[in-house]
Amino acid sequence: MKSKLMERGMEFVFAVCACCSIAAVALICVFLFANGVPAMAEIGVFDFLIGTKWAPGNQPAAFGILPMIVGSIYVTAGAIVVGVPIGLLTAVFMARFCPKKLYPVLHPMVELLAGIPSIVYGFFGMAFLVPLIRNLYGGSGQSVLTASILLGIMILPTIIGGSEAAIRAVPESYYEGSLALGATHERSVFFAMLPAAKSGILTSVVLGIGRAIGETMAVIMVAGNAPVIPGGVGDKVRTMTANIVMEMGYATGLHREALIATGVVLFVFILLINLSVTLLRNRGENA
Amino acid sequence: MSELTAALPKTRNQKDCEKIKSPLSVLLRVLVWGAALLTFLSLFFLIGFILVKGIPNLKPSLFSLNYTSENVSMLPSIINTVKMLLLALAISGPISIFTAIYLVEYAKRGNKLVKVIRMTAETLAGIPSIVYGLFGALFFVGALKWDLSLMAGAMTLAIMVLPLIMRNTEEALMSVPDAYREASFGLGAGRLRTIFRIILPAAVPGILSGVILAIGRIVGETAALLYTAGTATKLGGVMDSGRTLAVHMYSLSGEGLHTNEAYATAVVLLVTVLIINALSSLAAKKLTKA
Repeated sequence: MKSKLMERGMEFVFAVCACCSIAAVALICVFLFANGVPAMAEIGVFDFLIGTKWAPGNQPAAFGILPMIVGSIYVTAGAIVVGVPIGLLTAVFMARFCPKKLYPVLHPMVELLAGIPSIVYGFFGMAFLVPLIRNLYGGSGQSVLTASILLGIMILPTIIGGSEAAIRAVPESYYEGSLALGATHERSVFFAMLPAAKSGILTSVVLGIGRAIGETMAVIMVAGNAPVIPGGVGDKVRTMTANIVMEMGYATGLHREALIATGVVLFVFILLINLSVTLLRNRGENA
Repeated sequence: MSELTAALPKTRNQKDCEKIKSPLSVLLRVLVWGAALLTFLSLFFLIGFILVKGIPNLKPSLFSLNYTSENVSMLPSIINTVKMLLLALAISGPISIFTAIYLVEYAKRGNKLVKVIRMTAETLAGIPSIVYGLFGALFFVGALKWDLSLMAGAMTLAIMVLPLIMRNTEEALMSVPDAYREASFGLGAGRLRTIFRIILPAAVPGILSGVILAIGRIVGETAALLYTAGTATKLGGVMDSGRTLAVHMYSLSGEGLHTNEAYATAVVLLVTVLIINALSSLAAKKLTKA
């Protein structure tokens, strides 16, 4: 009798714990939207989203976050340009080219790349990349270009991990069939296996986009953070994430709410990215 | 017979062909090796750069118990990090492991709730840390009036690492063979006893690797803690503000006065991460052996 009660009770406890993650997502949504949306309404949705002037200290204050939205998109696009080719080729290397003895050494290194804290990446960027870009490219060194390179390195493990798994999931018969038709090892991998792994590779790229757009500490340390739309790759840029971190410490009133609203916009971006990952995964499973 | 001899030179010819590859194949090979080289060289360079610049700056004064603006000691931050780690894991560990148990051992096939839980877990995994930080500042610090405190930071981090531990535990539980369960039920054990005596012990390495990943995230986290746990340098209780090592490093590098100390802090962080990663691959090795 007692054990029966215990069984029932624990099942209930497990179920309650399982609902915690639902509660967490619900709370996050409610609190972000409840605090951010009124500010958007007060500033005016269009003034907020497509206003190009961010001057919270001015009289009257201006809260336009278009420069930050564009900044986030530029930096993320840059990270994709840097990270995807290198990451994908490295994934091909890990899956089909890596000498057997080297693999147990290299695989943990990719994980290490993922495990290094973003603050350490940011510091490395600040201490090494910024001066390097300053010397090579001119300007202050804090730029879209610097942030793109750093973020490109940071999304490598996401791209490598996902793409490698996708390539490994392709049936061996694709490769063998291609070899039997006279194609070389390289051609077989690139033209028979990669197209078959397309959906998984795409998923990893989208996950990489999510990581790049949400990255905060590393970007803030190398991007220069000027709240204007950058005119070129050498210009300073401020992302949405940087906007929140830089000003949240002292902001009050509408300014603070505008920052939370920036978080809401970022959150919506992330939700869209998550949705596309789910869709891609489903498509991959059905195909 | 004549067919056989005719076949011989041809095969040799093919072998020659494979030695002299088409330019495209050579190019692809060069690209693949080049990219891999670039990836691993940048990792080595980053680690080397931090170590070379940082190790000479590791001074004993950096590890004194009291922080002053003179010595910018990192020991209080290290202690705070450990506290934060224990708090966050104590909250997140049971919840995420129990969730995984529910999903794998209790939920029936096609259960709607399971779908929703998986979806929310994936959503949680994709949310950037700064959004967690904002939420923590609004909910724990603001609505619950905990102010800037280790507790608020730990709760925020606990939600953040929830999907990490949960997913690993789920996979570990699923990889326990059904024969274990059947044998245990067959011997008359109840469901609960089966889970705690038979299944969980078998799943320990998998759960551990999830926990280790979570430790790595917590140690390295900055953005989610800035406005939840704050940047106080004193040691205090769980309801007091306190900076972890990563936050400490951000403050140091932001001020611009303490670059050397920031390098030293980076070394400590990096070495911690190296150790955590080594432990996690050890756990993974155990997992594949079992």
